[in-house]
Amino acid sequence: MAVLGSLSRVLYIDLTGKKYWVEDRSDLFEEYLGGVGVAVKLLEEELPRNADPLEPENVIVLAVGPFNGLYPTASKTVALFKSPHTGNLGESHAGGRSAIAIRLAGYGAIVIKGASDLPVWVSVQGDRVFFRDARALWGMTSSHTVGRIIREVEPGSGLRTIMRIGRAGERMVSYANVITETYRHFGRLGLGAVFGSKKLKALVVTGRSSIPVADRKAYREAYDKIFKLIVESPLMKKYHDIGTPVNVLHLNELGALPSINLLQSRLETAGRISGEYLAEKYLGRRVSCAHCPVACIHLAVLREPYEEEPYFYKTTFVGYDYEPIYALGAMLGAREPEGLLKLIDVVEAYGLDAMTTGVVLAWATEAYKRGVITREDLGGVELDWGNYEAYIEAAKRIVEQPTELYKAMARGVMYASERFGGRDFALSFSGNEMAGYHTGPAAYLTYAFGARHSHLDSAGYSLDQRTIGKSLPPGEVVNRLYEEEAWRQVLSSLVVCFFAREIYKPEVVAEALKPVGFDLSVDDLVKLGKKIFREKYRLKIREGFNPEGVAFPKRIFETPTPHGLLSPEYMEKAKREYVALIKRVTAEQG
Amino acid sequence: MSRLVVQDVNKCVGCMSCMFACSRRFGEGGLAKSAIHVASIGGVERGFKVVVCRGCEDPSCAAVCPTRALVRRKGGGVILNAQKCIGCGNCARACPIGAVMWDYESNKPIICVHCGYCTSYCPYNVLALSR
Repeated sequence: MAVLGSLSRVLYIDLTGKKYWVEDRSDLFEEYLGGVGVAVKLLEEELPRNADPLEPENVIVLAVGPFNGLYPTASKTVALFKSPHTGNLGESHAGGRSAIAIRLAGYGAIVIKGASDLPVWVSVQGDRVFFRDARALWGMTSSHTVGRIIREVEPGSGLRTIMRIGRAGERMVSYANVITETYRHFGRLGLGAVFGSKKLKALVVTGRSSIPVADRKAYREAYDKIFKLIVESPLMKKYHDIGTPVNVLHLNELGALPSINLLQSRLETAGRISGEYLAEKYLGRRVSCAHCPVACIHLAVLREPYEEEPYFYKTTFVGYDYEPIYALGAMLGAREPEGLLKLIDVVEAYGLDAMTTGVVLAWATEAYKRGVITREDLGGVELDWGNYEAYIEAAKRIVEQPTELYKAMARGVMYASERFGGRDFALSFSGNEMAGYHTGPAAYLTYAFGARHSHLDSAGYSLDQRTIGKSLPPGEVVNRLYEEEAWRQVLSSLVVCFFAREIYKPEVVAEALKPVGFDLSVDDLVKLGKKIFREKYRLKIREGFNPEGVAFPKRIFETPTPHGLLSPEYMEKAKREYVALIKRVTAEQG
Repeated sequence: MSRLVVQDVNKCVGCMSCMFACSRRFGEGGLAKSAIHVASIGGVERGFKVVVCRGCEDPSCAAVCPTRALVRRKGGGVILNAQKCIGCGNCARACPIGAVMWDYESNKPIICVHCGYCTSYCPYNVLALSR
């Protein structure tokens, strides 16, 4: 028998009535483990059909799983909601202390419904939930300040998560994010705008409970085995030393680094925005998510002199990762790191998704240069590759939305290009902006069809890199992506960080589940992954996702990838294979 | 006898592996039983504090215990006699560095016994056992 303990408890928060209650959902956790598996079912139950993402009827589900609080690198929380960015299922994962705090507060999931009349922040302290007046925090320029204020008035230092939005969330920019603690995010698909629409400025969760296991000895043995694998793995060293931007130089050499709105797949100045260069010149501190020994979070120290006062500097810590470097750096033609770091900091302060913001700004720059949009549309901001003063100004205006163009840019590149033109070079896939891998066909299939809509859905970028020089039949590519993505549903139900996916192989997972009381074979787990994938797609289709309607922007066919120039015919065939797969899978019974 | 020491707090990345290890001594997960506390010193960018028992020669926690549940340990620090403890919390309040943690499940203090189990789970050598 699974020892679910407090994991099976679901906390429901109704912002409209300022009420909360707890329900036992052992049924869901026994069947779907936790995380994304359980969250899909909870969202399906709570979300009215065809709900408007920015109306009170939208629902936020935050879920953790049986490995959080028990095993290392099980450090993620899954958020599911209806996305205001794509109008379909939104899925986003965050680290920080979010997962540990929710689990140790005594919950497996939190469901947030309704909308508050006044700005609030909600504080969950074990069994007690407080609704706090957040009117004084609403409208603050920086999400950093909001975090600092809440940190001083709430208990649980070191054990709590402080999830909050910035101005972008308040203004309901469709790709506003939610920042957890500092430097980690529910980045993609606009959870921040959903928070904003509910007048929810922040959610604080604190807990310090114990988690019982079925077999104490076996638990300690399983733990030691996994811990050893993690600390001895070369992956850990790579992510610890250089962090996720360890990819920049590699992808640039491959010709897979999307640059200058994908007019190029290499950037001359890549060396100066690489992980190695940043580590050498700017790295100030490495930080971990709770219960992860890797410490992949890298913080740069930015020292900016004040012009009017000699020898006086503003010192800022800026978290950097591969994706912000790709989107806000390479895509915008960065020539040096300082402008890029300043832009990352502004994007962070406003609470925008860095990946989407970069792609939107890249589209706007090209559109301006081609005369598709005018200086007037831009409110006088002179967008130009590598001009970071202009990019910082434009990012602020995306949030404040002073002109029709910025209002459109606040809804993403697909919307803006439909309104103003330039669809061929708007790098949107099913409404969401591309991730940082121009590696080949598999990456683009992932962007278009992946349930989580980022590079980490089924890792098409990774399959592309393993198959350079080979031309796989479209059916095989789709099948391999499906197998990988189905397995990732298990990992994101447990919920472990995908960076540790090489550690948490099926055999290791089955072994580690035993002391928790889950008796599942590798085969059972693989089947479960497919079932969750199916349930997720059913929900997507219920909410209007049309696989046949997926279209690829022309630009991806114009710039060579490591697989050469992509062929539209090949991609069309692959799309048909994916459509057939989704139809087949969602029709399955059981 | 050995004592747990913080060698270089600047190397701490805040992974909390030591805290989880301390709770796991008893074979359970979570953090309820951890005698170590790691928290940022005002935002993770500023770094962390690692709060562990200093193993005082003349411990303030024992001095304020009304039932003598805390007895001095040879070589520094204290040992808890849980039977005698009434959960008054004087010890936690008396420790100037906040190293007496509280177990809310049993309503008793958590006292570091300087076993060093945590040190094996600190990959950055922040913690060590000094003999």
